[in-house]
Amino acid sequence: MHRNPPTRRTFLGLAGSAAVAGVVPIVTLRPSDATPAMLASAIRNVVGEAPVRAGKVKLEIPPLVENGNTVPMTVSVASPMTANEYVKSIHVFNEKNPQPNMGNFYIGPWAGRAQISTRIRLADTQKVVAIARLSDDTFWSASADIIVTLAACTEEVN
Amino acid sequence: MPSALINVPPKAKRGDIIEIKTLMSHTMESGFRRTSAGELVPRDIITSFTCRYNGTEIFRADFFPAIAANPFLSFFTVAKESGKFEFEWIGDNGFASTASASIRVE
Repeated sequence: MHRNPPTRRTFLGLAGSAAVAGVVPIVTLRPSDATPAMLASAIRNVVGEAPVRAGKVKLEIPPLVENGNTVPMTVSVASPMTANEYVKSIHVFNEKNPQPNMGNFYIGPWAGRAQISTRIRLADTQKVVAIARLSDDTFWSASADIIVTLAACTEEVN
Repeated sequence: MPSALINVPPKAKRGDIIEIKTLMSHTMESGFRRTSAGELVPRDIITSFTCRYNGTEIFRADFFPAIAANPFLSFFTVAKESGKFEFEWIGDNGFASTASASIRVE
């Protein structure tokens, strides 16, 4: 079947809706972003007064993300995972989503490997922090800075 | 109708570290989106996931709205004996779903 060539009107219509879809989410006001202060307090809720040291944790997220709605993330912790020395839990936080918590993952020596993967949402270009609690109740962390070109959460529901 | 995808190796050697992958179909509506009329769409997410291996909990996760739709998880465990993995998802508005997979350990 022969399709009509696009007219100037349909072209402008498409361009207009593309502009709406592409530009509006970026300029939309986000009234309830998590702030670095909220990030810090969410971390305090998990670790209490314990110090959080950098190291042992590896946080893998693509550094440049086109679509913040589904971003693959893997967190692994260097640990022998024996009965005496293992990872108890992994906690993931972010800086600028509406809420600072992303997920908590509870494992144990039976896991064999201290590694979890999931898919996350990122509402903005921001920092993600992963914290691991070890069997001796020390906390270790890693962070990653991710650039997001299309944000999650801010789009309108059709 | 919720549907789950589960990936567990059907058999393993005793002591092997095996990877378990799960995916549950769910919109994970964050509660932060608005309709074009400006109304906030209420939150509807899965909040918790548990995996039991022959009745013993081996993995648990708390989800927040920052987990993407159709939540996917991968985690590991040591294959210690033949038996069953049971998976459970619990969420807002009474959401509850279960799935299971068997493994033969030699």
